[in-house]
Amino acid sequence: MTANLASPNHLQLTRDGQLRHFLTLDGLGRELLTDILDTADSFIEVGERSIKKVPLLRGRTVVNLFFEASTRTRSTFELAAKRLSADVLNLDINTSATSKGESLSDTLLNLEAMASDMFVVRHAQSGAPHFIAESVTPGVAIINAGDGRHAHPTQAMLDMLTIRQHKGGFEGLKVAIVGDILHSRVARSQIRALNELGAEQIRVIAPGTLLPKDVESLGCTVEYDMAKGMKDLDVVIMLRLQKERMEGALLPSEREFYRLYGLSQDKLALAHPECIVMHPGPINRGVEIESAVADGPQSVILNQVTNGIAIRMAVMSMAMGGQMAERQQKQNEINERGLA
Amino acid sequence: MSALLDVDQLLDKLEAGLRNLLEERGIKSPVLIGIRTGGVWVADIIGKRLGIEEPFGELDISFYRDDFSRIGLNPKVTPSSLPFDTEDRDIILVDDVIMSGRTIRAAMNELFDYGRPASIILATLIDLGARELPIQPDVAGQSLKLDAPQRIKLRGPDPLRIEIQAAEQ
Repeated sequence: MTANLASPNHLQLTRDGQLRHFLTLDGLGRELLTDILDTADSFIEVGERSIKKVPLLRGRTVVNLFFEASTRTRSTFELAAKRLSADVLNLDINTSATSKGESLSDTLLNLEAMASDMFVVRHAQSGAPHFIAESVTPGVAIINAGDGRHAHPTQAMLDMLTIRQHKGGFEGLKVAIVGDILHSRVARSQIRALNELGAEQIRVIAPGTLLPKDVESLGCTVEYDMAKGMKDLDVVIMLRLQKERMEGALLPSEREFYRLYGLSQDKLALAHPECIVMHPGPINRGVEIESAVADGPQSVILNQVTNGIAIRMAVMSMAMGGQMAERQQKQNEINERGLA
Repeated sequence: MSALLDVDQLLDKLEAGLRNLLEERGIKSPVLIGIRTGGVWVADIIGKRLGIEEPFGELDISFYRDDFSRIGLNPKVTPSSLPFDTEDRDIILVDDVIMSGRTIRAAMNELFDYGRPASIILATLIDLGARELPIQPDVAGQSLKLDAPQRIKLRGPDPLRIEIQAAEQ
């Protein structure tokens, strides 16, 4: 794969700075991120109406291209697309043509021939959505639904929406991300978003074996001792222990991990009394988080799911709108040159 | 270069027109819905003048615009808010200016996603003509014909001012 992960904006944005793909938060400024959150706020209101649908993507076809298993992300993307009035095709790649030997490029060509307007892509390989964005026909929007250890930008944005709802904004906030940072594409996107939106402190709390090299360079501080790390926190984000991605002995045992880094009521009591508890799901009760905390009054885990639909509606309609505006602009230029 | 219209005079006419129409139709308890941004300001004032105590609703029609496929999504969309159930209600839909009629088409599509109102009355402060759809206001403060390069701008909310501007800005 030749995807250039370093400078994605020539791919992601139109000349006018509108979104046309949503691949990563890298390079997206505070204003655009805030526009995404504001747009999502309006979609939350749509979700409370008698008819929870708007006509923005009417007549468009959205393909959910999931090369990796997912329940929550895929179903919220599906619901988001349907609430935008799009036609939705769910493709579970593991059980389809690729297992019969078809290459990714051929699969894409076939889907494009079905007049698809948007691919929502999840892939175990970092950079796969970039690669697809570089190779699809102009006019087709790509949304990253999680790629390898690289990014999960819609998850990070729905987390930002949840934080903004409960805390009013980001200024002065102290936020910690706890657990398996090493395997987490979510953590990378969250740290990026929190920095761009102006959070005061971003701490990662984890054992050394579950931290990527040079994690500080992402824009956060490291704390190995959870009791210290919980002090004065406004937001604590727990990550799932990604056992399926672990190679070798990164952990002594789950019990030991829970004792040191699991979020129990005792540990939560060390944070600010109004600290909210977040988790991207699926949660492992008794591994990263105590049941009483997950179901407790400070938990906003289910708000995150509701917000996921609104955020996905926002980025899908913004990216599709950018693609269509760009198409129109090119058409106008052709007409002006008299070549039509 | 800009000229001012007398807003109070337009509001007087709009109020009188609405009173007549409500009486003619026997509507006792209408609710107001303003279209953002200018329509909301007008709805606020008209609501007080008509003595409607129920808070007015606000519509942001960005998700229903018919030019989405040409210019994309308005990045400054704000949530619509209807603080009442529209089912079987008599609604006065308010905008500052009507021209092509496309905004009203979008607003009515949005309204019907909240329920089935008993009736909708369309009230606008100014009618600029130049219609592109078969939609007409029931009541308007004033009909106005602009010369090609002129534009109209409502400023508000307090005080409400209408400027007729020459071509640029």
